[in-house]
Parts: sequence; C-alpha cells; structure tokens
Amino acid sequence: MPELRELTYAEALRECLRQLMEEDERVFLIGEDIGVYGGAFGVTAGLIEQFGPERVIDTPISEAGIAGACIGAALTGMRPIGEIQFMDFVTLSMEQLVLQAAKVRFMFGGKASVPMVLRMPSGSGTGAAAQHSESLENWFVHVPGLKVVMPSTPYDAKGLLRAAVLDDNPVIFVEHKLLYKTKGHVPEAPYIVPLGQSKVVREGSHLTVVATSVMVGRALQAAEQLAEEGIELEVIDPRTLKPLDDAPIIESVKKTGRALVVHEAVEMGGFGGEVVARIAASEAFDYLEAPIRRLAGLDIPIPYNRRLEYHAVPQVESIVREARKLVRGEY
Amino acid sequence: MMQLSQDLIQRHQDLIEALGAETLKAMLQEMHLIRAFEERAEQLYMQGKVHGTMHLSIGQEATAVGAANAMQEGDYLLNHHRGHGHCLAWGGDPNRMMAEFMGKETGYCRGRGGSMHIADIESNNLGANGIVAGGLPIAVGVGLSIKMRRTSQVCLVIFGDGAANEGAFHEALNMASIWRLPIVFLCENNQYAMSMPVQQAFNIENISQRAAAYGLPGVTVDGNDVLAVYAAVSEAAARARRGEGATLVEAKTYRYKGHSKSDKQVYRSREEVRFWQENRDPIMRFSQLLLTAGLISEAEAAQMRERAVAIIDAAVAFSEASPEPDVADIMSGVYA
Repeated sequence: MPELRELTYAEALRECLRQLMEEDERVFLIGEDIGVYGGAFGVTAGLIEQFGPERVIDTPISEAGIAGACIGAALTGMRPIGEIQFMDFVTLSMEQLVLQAAKVRFMFGGKASVPMVLRMPSGSGTGAAAQHSESLENWFVHVPGLKVVMPSTPYDAKGLLRAAVLDDNPVIFVEHKLLYKTKGHVPEAPYIVPLGQSKVVREGSHLTVVATSVMVGRALQAAEQLAEEGIELEVIDPRTLKPLDDAPIIESVKKTGRALVVHEAVEMGGFGGEVVARIAASEAFDYLEAPIRRLAGLDIPIPYNRRLEYHAVPQVESIVREARKLVRGEY
Repeated sequence: MMQLSQDLIQRHQDLIEALGAETLKAMLQEMHLIRAFEERAEQLYMQGKVHGTMHLSIGQEATAVGAANAMQEGDYLLNHHRGHGHCLAWGGDPNRMMAEFMGKETGYCRGRGGSMHIADIESNNLGANGIVAGGLPIAVGVGLSIKMRRTSQVCLVIFGDGAANEGAFHEALNMASIWRLPIVFLCENNQYAMSMPVQQAFNIENISQRAAAYGLPGVTVDGNDVLAVYAAVSEAAARARRGEGATLVEAKTYRYKGHSKSDKQVYRSREEVRFWQENRDPIMRFSQLLLTAGLISEAEAAQMRERAVAIIDAAVAFSEASPEPDVADIMSGVYA
C-alpha cells in the first residue's frame, strides 16, 4: 500500500487556494502581508509569484476596507478570499460583515449574492496575549446570513475551504494558529467537504464529546488516555458551526447518554450553549444519564504568562478530568 | 433669479448645447419626479399608511439627477439612507420603489428592505445603505472587480457629509487611490449630519480638500446646480474610465426636511431653511434656466410638475393594490 500523502494544515489551505485560483480567474486573494511576506502564518506563501499582485493583493492596514472590498467584488461577479491577519482584528471589520455582507441579500429581496470567504486565525497558545488570541466565532454564528466554518484537520481545511469558496454566501473561515503546522493526510486532487456536515471522528459508547477546532485533537488525545481506563469517548467535530448539523450529535447522545461540549472560546455566550440547548431540546433528552456539561475558555482575556495562558483554555488533562467525572457520575 | 439664470447659462453654455433640449428637459422632469415622490412619501407617512422612518431628499434633487445622468449604462451605483432620489434618477421604476416604501411584495426588495434599503441589482444599482459610510468600502470592491474584469465600468458611490468623518471613508479613499480604482466618490454635503452642522464637524472649508491627503483630485461644486454636478461627475467618471483613478466630488446642497421623521429641527432656524428654499431651490433654478434659455415654455414647466404627480399617483395606486409579503415566506432570501 502506498504511503498516504501528508501535508500540514497551512499547506493544505495553500494547495486549495492555488487550485481554486488556477481553475477560476474570478478567485483572488486580498489581505495584509499576504504577498511577498506570504501571510503572517505563511498560508499564502508563494502564491504571489504564481498569480501576481493583481490576484494576490496586499492591502494597507484597513480591515474594514478588506471586508468591504470582498463584498463589493463578490456582488459584482468575483469570488474574493480575504484574509484577516488575526481573528482579533476582525472586530475592525464587523460593520461590513454583520451589517453589509450578511444582510444585503435579504434586504434586497433575495436578489444579490455575496460569494466571499474571509479567512482568519483564532486562538491562544502562542504567547500572543489578549489582543492576538481571540476566539470570536460565536459572534458570527449569531448573525443570520453568514456561515461559519472551523476546520480541525489538514484534510478538512482543504475540503471545507473549497466548499466555502464555491458557496454563494459570505463564509467566515476560522483557522487555528496551533493547527497550521499539524500534519495529516491530504489528497492532491481537489475535493469538497460539504458545509453543514458534522463528523464522528472517534466512536465510543460512554460519552459524546462535541469539540471544535484545536479542541478536536485534544479530545482525541483525552479519548486515548481514557480508553486505557475503559472509558470510551465518542468525539464529534461539527466542522461547520453555522449551519450546524446537529443530527449526528443527537444520535450520539441517544447512544451514550452523556454529552460534553469543548471549545476554546469563553463559555459564557459561547457555541457550547447552542449545542447543549439542541441536545436538551431533542429526543436525546430522554436518554440522558448525566447533566450536559461544557468545558470552555475561562471568562477572562487570554493572559500572556505561559502558565496562565495554558490554564485559560481547555487542555487534554482537563478534558480527561471532566469526561471521567461525567462517566463515573462524580459530578 | 433672472440674473442668476443668465449667469448659469453663461457658465454652462457648452454643456447646455452638448446635452440638448430633450435631455435637459428630461433632467428637470426627473427632479420634479423626485420631489413629488418625496412629498407623497411624507404624506403617506402622515396618513399612517407606512411605518418606520424615512429620510427625505427634498432640496437635494439636483445632486441626484446631475450625478446619475453623468453615468453610463452598465455603471454601478451605491448610495445612502437618503436615497429615493438617487434611485429614481438612476432610472428606478416609481411603482416598484413606492411598493417597496409601502412594504409590498411587488417592491424592489419584496418589502424586506423598505425606504432605507432600495436596490435594483439588475440595473447595477447595488443599493442604499442605512449605515453611514457603509457603502464606501464596498465601492472599493466594486472598483477592484471592474479592474480585474477589465471592463470600462465606473462605480458611483454617494454618501453624506457625516460619512466623511467615519473611518471607512479614509480606508476606502486610500485604497481607491493606491489601486487607481474607477470610482467616483460623491459627497452630498447637505450641511448637517442629523443635527451636527458641518461647521462643527469639520475644521476645513471644503470636504473635498480631504482628497489631497490620499493623492486624489477633489472638487467642490454647487450641489443645487444640476449642471454643475453633472459636469463634475462627468469629468470624474471620464477620468475613472480612462484608468486614471478615483475622484472626490463634493456637492454642497441642503435638505429642507428634518433628518428623519422624529426630527424637531431645533438645531437650525426657519429663516435658514426659507433662505435656501427661496434663493437656491434646485428645481426653481433649473426651470428658470431653461425658461431663460428659451428651451421650455411656461406651460411646459407647469406640466412637468403635473406629470410627476400623476406618475406618483399611479405608483401609489399600484402599491396599494399590491399584495403584502406572505408570512409563510419569511425565511426566504437569507441565504443563496
């Protein structure tokens, strides 16, 4: 059997961008330092050499401008892919995304479409402190008209990005800084991972763990450790937060009778609340053997100190601890 | 007024000849149509036939008509909350506009947008915007798209004096300049951002001076002189079409009505409003110009107002007879 081709998450994204740009001249990239610099995290490295500065457009530090440029281009027949250097900075684009991109189609009677993707890296773990470590995905989940995607593996990164670019709606594409260098199997030929499809990434019978982005890997590591104790976790990655495919989650909880939602963003008002509510409101309610729990970021800005930063968000050992308690009924 | 007309005729002599009587008359007719639309909109509101709010452009008709006529078929329009006039001048159908204003299914936006969000995507009217300066960054994207598609289109983006103090204005003008985008930035300076007078909000004489900061040409014109607006926007559009980039045009005008329906107008005097109405009214001035130039008769001038009112009467009748949107269809149009 031939060895499976491996790419990093960043390489998978880049391969997807390259393939889309080769196929369709309407696709272009726009963002800060994405040209010769190659992007703050190197995702667009080498693309300006292949496609030139007309299709890999370096911008001034103007996040509202980047978002608006994507909207205007998308409204008039292009397929823009914008990059916001750190997800934190998308706060400077919010008006354009929330009040314009998300709403023009509806406001104009369903007659306009905004086929744009805005990529941005979220998350802590790099010592970047409070203004470069945000996980703001749920802000966008709350906005009708947007779609929100959060890939956790190189394979999904490539396939979901392709689906996002081919989609006719504005898509917020949330990458994670700690995932860029992670490796995994990625086929070379273009493929799609459809938006709005959750994936059971590990089967188990005792507890359903719904995890997003970097937390999927941590949940899988926790599952490995707990398997040695005879505790079997079923890990589900929604992959797309909006629209959310909750059917596999509800089916899983009917099987396991227990659920834990894990994400990096702060717990209060976070995506986990939505998942918990959907489980509680579903037929899975009758199967519950334990309270549904969330494990999420503390309600604090991300601290600089390495030890504090580590403890601000869920880690493998905290997932193990919480899962064990739920399965053993020690809550 | 007679002297003013003669001055204007002299100033615009070439333009008057170039445009010809028919076009000039059509422009005056459009201005009447806008005023009739706005007056009826206010009346419908008073009668309780519409809800929400509206932003009337009475007094600003010359800017809308001058600018829209300076653009070509296929060009793009982005405008702002006080946008009924721009849409009509762009060739909008009064029936579908009025139906939208009245929230009907036959409106341009199927009653989902209302007064502040009228768009006609088919004619590249990309819509009015309820957010001050909201359309400016979008114009950058339209300009980029035109450039990448290598067409000869131009994007006209209209915004108010208030928008020039939003951050988005600065980002957009800078990006348009560095990339030489085919955009005409038209600042419709009506002297007040809601209650804030431009004298308090700016420490410069003309908003167009700001163009220099971005390496763009900036020009200020009398926004109540339809031909002055036409000339400035034409030149800016021609420049954009030649690939020479964007221009900031400032049209100084005045709104007669309050900012919106809840405005008690305590921030300005009745005398000030009356001064503009009596001395600088754009319709009166343009009518007088055409009369003085011998291009229309008194009778024709009077008929224009009647024709406009008749068109609006028909639009109201059309809208009143139109169905409400179906609640069963409430979720449609959010996603493509």
